Amino acid sequence: MDLAAALARSEGTVRVRGAGTKRAWTRGEPDVELSTEGLDEIVEHNVGDLTAVLGAGVPLARAQGKFAEAGQMLALDPPDGGATIGGVVAANDSGPLRSRYGGARDLVVGMRIALADGTVAKSGGKVIKNVAGYDLAKLFVGSFGQLGAILEVSVRLHPLPPATATAVARSDDPDALGRAALALSHARFEQMGLDARWEDGAGVVMARFGGATAVAQAEAAQRLLGDAEIVEDDDAVWEAQRAAQRSPSGLVVKVSALQTDLPQLLRIARDHGATLVGRAALGLHWLRHDEGDHMALVEALRGRWAAAVLDRPADLEVDRDGRVDPGARMLAERVKERFDPSGRLI
Amino acid sequence: MTAGAVLAPLIEELRAAVGAEHVVTHEHQLRTYESDGLLQYAVTPGAVVLPASTGEVQAVVRACHRAGVPFVARGAGSGLSGGALPVEDGVLIALSRMRRILEVDLDNQRVIVEPGVTNIAVSQAVAPDHFYPPDPSSQIVCTIGGNVAENSGGAHCFKYGFTTNYVTGLELVLPDGELVRLGGKGVDPPGLDLLGAFVGSEGTLGVATRIWLRIVPKPESVRTLVAFFGSPVQAGEVVSEIVSGGIVPGAIEMMDNLSIRAAEGYTNAGYPTDAGAALVVELDGSEAECEARFEQVVAICEDAGADSIRVAQDEAERELIWQARKAAFAAMGRIAPNYYVQDSVIPRTRLAEVLGRIEELGREYGLQVANVFHAGDGNLHPLVCYDGSNPGEAERAEECAGEIVRACVEAGGSITGEHGVGVDKKRYMPEMFSDADLGTFQRLRCAFDPEQRSNPGKVMPTPRLCGEVPGPYRRHPLEQAGVAERF
Repeated sequence: MDLAAALARSEGTVRVRGAGTKRAWTRGEPDVELSTEGLDEIVEHNVGDLTAVLGAGVPLARAQGKFAEAGQMLALDPPDGGATIGGVVAANDSGPLRSRYGGARDLVVGMRIALADGTVAKSGGKVIKNVAGYDLAKLFVGSFGQLGAILEVSVRLHPLPPATATAVARSDDPDALGRAALALSHARFEQMGLDARWEDGAGVVMARFGGATAVAQAEAAQRLLGDAEIVEDDDAVWEAQRAAQRSPSGLVVKVSALQTDLPQLLRIARDHGATLVGRAALGLHWLRHDEGDHMALVEALRGRWAAAVLDRPADLEVDRDGRVDPGARMLAERVKERFDPSGRLI
Repeated sequence: MTAGAVLAPLIEELRAAVGAEHVVTHEHQLRTYESDGLLQYAVTPGAVVLPASTGEVQAVVRACHRAGVPFVARGAGSGLSGGALPVEDGVLIALSRMRRILEVDLDNQRVIVEPGVTNIAVSQAVAPDHFYPPDPSSQIVCTIGGNVAENSGGAHCFKYGFTTNYVTGLELVLPDGELVRLGGKGVDPPGLDLLGAFVGSEGTLGVATRIWLRIVPKPESVRTLVAFFGSPVQAGEVVSEIVSGGIVPGAIEMMDNLSIRAAEGYTNAGYPTDAGAALVVELDGSEAECEARFEQVVAICEDAGADSIRVAQDEAERELIWQARKAAFAAMGRIAPNYYVQDSVIPRTRLAEVLGRIEELGREYGLQVANVFHAGDGNLHPLVCYDGSNPGEAERAEECAGEIVRACVEAGGSITGEHGVGVDKKRYMPEMFSDADLGTFQRLRCAFDPEQRSNPGKVMPTPRLCGEVPGPYRRHPLEQAGVAERF
C-alpha cells in the first residue's frame, strides 16, 4: 500500500494510525483512517554505524529484538503494548531511558514524510551528525500526524549495557524523596535512569546504572543516599515504571515540571489518590488516576504546569494540550497552514 | 540612488531604536563586518546595528519589516559557512552587546542567557560541578546565539549530543517583529516542537534573544590517551572496535600525518611527525566504569598494532594532547598559505573507502589534503591546501573540495555535520535533497518568514517564493464546537 498516494486520494478529514494503542490521546473522529501497517520493514540496521532505518509501521518491540541480537538498542522505551515506531514518534512517547539518552526528538536523525497532498519528502539523513537543511523531524515528533504522515524514521542506536543495577530509596515523605532525587541528579554519576514513583501513600526514588561496573556504580549511589537497597536483577522494577504511564480506563496526565517541583507533585499525587511515575532529573512526570474526580486532578496540575492529558475515559471531555503560549500557538497555526493548507489532517 | 539613500530613513529609525552610537554606517567600519569566519566571502552591509535588549531587537526587526529591508543576525562571526554573511543594502544585527547571563539555576540545572554570551562563559558560570557539553573548537569566542543558529557540535558531541539537545527554551523575535516564547525550563511542553525546528535554522527563521540551556554534572573521572598508527584506515578500524565493544567515548578524534606535522610544528605537543595517524580517545564517566573501559581501549589499541600510546598522566598532559588537535586548523598555515575546509559526514564504516577516494582526488587535482576528524560520528574535516597567489589554484581547491563532498554524500552521509550550509554549501544541497524535500523545507521557512527577509540567500540553493496559503483556513467542525483543537 502506498500511504502517500492514499493520503492524496482521500477526501475529508484524515488520521494516520499505527497500532492504535494511543487512540485516547487524539481528539475528534476523522472521516478516513489510514494505517501504516504496510510500512513494516526494518529497512536498514547498520550495526557498525549504530543506526537503523525503520518503516513507520514496524512494531517497536520487533525492532528492539533485532537490535538486541547485535548487542544494541534504540534507547526509547515507552510502555509497549504493540506500539509502532511511527506511533511512538508521532506521539512523542518515552520511558525511563529518556533520562540518559533523550527522547524521540534526540534519537531520530532523519525522517521520510508524506504531506496531505501526497508530497513525499525527507529531512535529515542516516548519519548521527548532520545539520544540512531544516530539522523537520523534530517538528514531526509529537505532531500527532497533524502536519503529515511519518513514513520512515532513521534512528541512532546505543550499545546495550552488559549489566545493570539499581539503587532504590524508599520514603513516605515527599520532601525526603525530593532531596534524594536532587542529590542523585546532581551527583557525578552516569545514570541510565533516575525515576521517582508514588503509589498508595509511599514513594521511591531509584537510580539505574549500566556498564561493566554497574553494581559498583549503584553502590556509590547507595552511599550517597545513606539508606537504599540495591537491586541487581532490575528489569521488573523498571517495567513497572513504564506500565504506570498508562491507565486502561482512567486518566493519565503528563506534566512538564522542574526537578525542584517533585515534592509538590508527590503531594498532589498523594492528595488525589493518583500514582506518579517520572523522570526526576527531567521534571517529566506521568500521573495516573484510575478513578475519582479526574478534572480536579487536571486542574490542580494545570494550575502550575504545562500538562497534557493522554489516556482518559471515553466520556471525559478535556483538551489534550491545555494552555499553550499564545505566540507559540499562533506560530504553530502558521506552520499547520503551510504543511496542511486544507486542514485535513486531524 | 546610492545604498545609503535607500536606507537613510530606516537608519534614522534604527538610531532612534538603539541610540546613534550603536548604529554603524561608515564604510570603513562596515568593512569589519563584511565576512564571518569564512573569509572567502565578503559583502558590505548597508548598516550594522548593535541592540542591547530584546525590546531593541524587536524595534530593529520591526523597522526592517516596515521598510522591506532584509536583515542578518550575527554573533561572534566565527561561523565557517558564511551563515552571517551580510546582505548588500541590508541590516546586520550584531548581538555582541547582549551578553548577560540572566539566571543560573543549578538546582534545576538550567541557565538562561542572552544570545551574545560566549559558549565557554556558560560552562564557566556553572563550574566546578556542572558543564555545558556542546564545545565547538571556537568556544572561547563563539556565542550561544550563533550556536543555536548553527546547531553547533564539537569534539564531545558523539557522546553528549549537539546544541539542539541542550536548548529547552527560546525567546524569538520573528521576522515581522512579533515576540514569541517557545518552551522554557521544562522539557516536552505540549504542542508542536517549534523550538526543535528553530535550532539549526541558520538565522532564517528569526532572531533568538533569550535562550534556556540545560547543563549537566561534570563527569567524576576523565581519562585521555593518544595512540599513533601507520595510517588513518588502521586508526579507523580501532574506532570501530572501540564502538562495537559497547564503549561510548566522550571524544574520539583523528588526525592524519599532514595535520600532525602542521600541529606539531605549532604546539610541540610531542606527536611523532612520522606517524600516519593520531587517535585521541577520551573516556569520561564514573571512576569505576572509566577505569575498566580505559583498560579495554588501551588493549584494543595495542592489539591493533599501535606504534605508540601515550596516556595523559595529569590535566596538563591532557591539555597538551588536546592542544595539538584543537590547533590543527590554525596550524595549517605551516603547510600552505590557504586552505578550504569541508565538514562532510559519512557513516563511520565507510571511512576507509572515503579516505581512499579523498587521497585519489588530492592526486588528481595536484593538491595536498589534510584530514582532521571527529571519528566517532564520522564527521570529516578535509582541509584542501592551496596557494591563492597561484592563478586558478583557489578554484581548483574549491572544485576538489566539492568532489569530496559528493563522495561523502554518495557514501550515505551529509554535506555538513556542524558548520552549517550558509552560503558556502547551499550549492551542494541538491546532492542531498530532492526538489520535494527542499519545497517542504520552504514551507517551514514561509510559516516563520513569508517575506524571507531574515538572512535571505542562505541554506536554500535557489530562491523560492512563499506565495499565499491556498484558500482560507477552515476550522474543523469539532474545533468550532470546542471539542478538539488544532496546533
